Amino acid sequence: VYQVFESVAKKYDVMNDSMTLGIHRIWKDILIHKMNPSPGTLLLDVAGGTGDIAFRFINYVRSARERQLQRKLKHHQNLSWQQIFESYQKDKCNSLGDSQVVVCDINREMLKVGKQKAQHLGYSEGLSWVLGNAEELPFDDDKFDVYTIAFGIRNVTRIDLALQEAYRVLKPGGRFLCLEFSHVSNPVLSRLYDLYSFQVIPVLGEVIAGDWKSYQYLVESIRRFPPQEELKEMIEDAGFFKVDYENLNFGIVAIHSGFKL
Amino acid sequence: GRGREEKKVEEEEEEEEGWHGLYPGHIPTSPLQKALLAAGSAVMALYDPYRHDMVAVLGETTGCLALPNLRDKMKHHPEGYRILQERPRIRLSTLDMSRLRGLPDGSLGREYVRFLEDNKVSPDTRMPPKFVDDEELAYVIQRYREVHDLMHTLLSMPTNMLGEVVVKWFEAVQTGLPMCVLGAAFGPVRLSARKLQVLATELVPWAIRSGLNASCVLNIYYEQRWEQPVESLREELGIFPPP
Repeated sequence: VYQVFESVAKKYDVMNDSMTLGIHRIWKDILIHKMNPSPGTLLLDVAGGTGDIAFRFINYVRSARERQLQRKLKHHQNLSWQQIFESYQKDKCNSLGDSQVVVCDINREMLKVGKQKAQHLGYSEGLSWVLGNAEELPFDDDKFDVYTIAFGIRNVTRIDLALQEAYRVLKPGGRFLCLEFSHVSNPVLSRLYDLYSFQVIPVLGEVIAGDWKSYQYLVESIRRFPPQEELKEMIEDAGFFKVDYENLNFGIVAIHSGFKL
Repeated sequence: GRGREEKKVEEEEEEEEGWHGLYPGHIPTSPLQKALLAAGSAVMALYDPYRHDMVAVLGETTGCLALPNLRDKMKHHPEGYRILQERPRIRLSTLDMSRLRGLPDGSLGREYVRFLEDNKVSPDTRMPPKFVDDEELAYVIQRYREVHDLMHTLLSMPTNMLGEVVVKWFEAVQTGLPMCVLGAAFGPVRLSARKLQVLATELVPWAIRSGLNASCVLNIYYEQRWEQPVESLREELGIFPPP
């Protein structure tokens, strides 16, 4: 699996856009909206490679923070100009409201691409990049408010271990969110989806990335991955409560959510 | 040097050991996939001329008529038949470069090595076939690719855009491979006006005439003719002297 992602890293984003016709961006947006992070949230994004989730998180808390500051300003009607100015200065330096995201990925190449993207897009505050394995995270217990893994868990050899680690590093009250390809139950759509997956995606891989085999692997790994209910049970086994899932696009993709209490 | 290249080839062959198709590296494809690949590789090859792998893929997915034709031409020729039986490969590990370099000037071997060194190319950079669904035809296209540099030598054409286009015209006439035809037709798009003029008035007509006049270039067992003078081989094949 490691070698698959080494060769895939640089063309990862282009391939995602081509394969999903850009829809993966909407899926990721929905994930962040569902998360609804408030400023001050500490997020761990596992298998976050090229930073898509991390950047969206930062954008979200930044605008949430702006709204927060605007509300604060409205309440400062009775303060002197000096006092308003001082409080504004203090808050301006804190545009993210102490929110932070740690991007963790097992693959150095993916992290490299992510860091370059961050620099290119102007993300610097509240962002850190850590090399690590989802089955054995290099973090202490009870550290994070939210744990996400977007399109990464199907590449983990021991999903149960990854889920246990997720449970361990989350604070009590913390939320687990998983965005992943899942199963389409509708028979008509399933046939069309299979046709597209097996006929078109490896071709796209060959033409865009010069790599048929990695994308053939990708399509096969999606089929082998546990369906919605089974994944829900695995998450419950790891100790999470109120585990639920939401199908996107008839089950092509699903968001699973759980809480550590 | 050569030791490292040999090791690389061995490593590649070891990787190919885990193959599922008709030959190492074979990826079986459905007709739909072939059609999509042909279209996609054509677009990508035009968009990014450095994607030589796309040119290769285009050749493999569109060669279903031309390749059997070439194979039959080889089968019905004594030397071509022997090539199909013995399946020689042109690789740095199989060539005795120092011996070829020591051959007299004007001989095929000497001029071939000179061509490789002047243009800084190597026969080992040719893509192995993936999408040809017949093991013998896969060898035919592999042979065509490996002999390409010898075509350059016989036609005295360098590896710049102009030289490549001229060789493509020759190959298009000789093999009928749609990939060569497309390459010959679209290659000139990126050339300057002055070069286009030389191309159109002198080089292409000569390449076409030679291609039509010459017998099948895949029917020459080049590895057994290193000592033969290039001019004599040209005459034997029917290639007119270059302008």
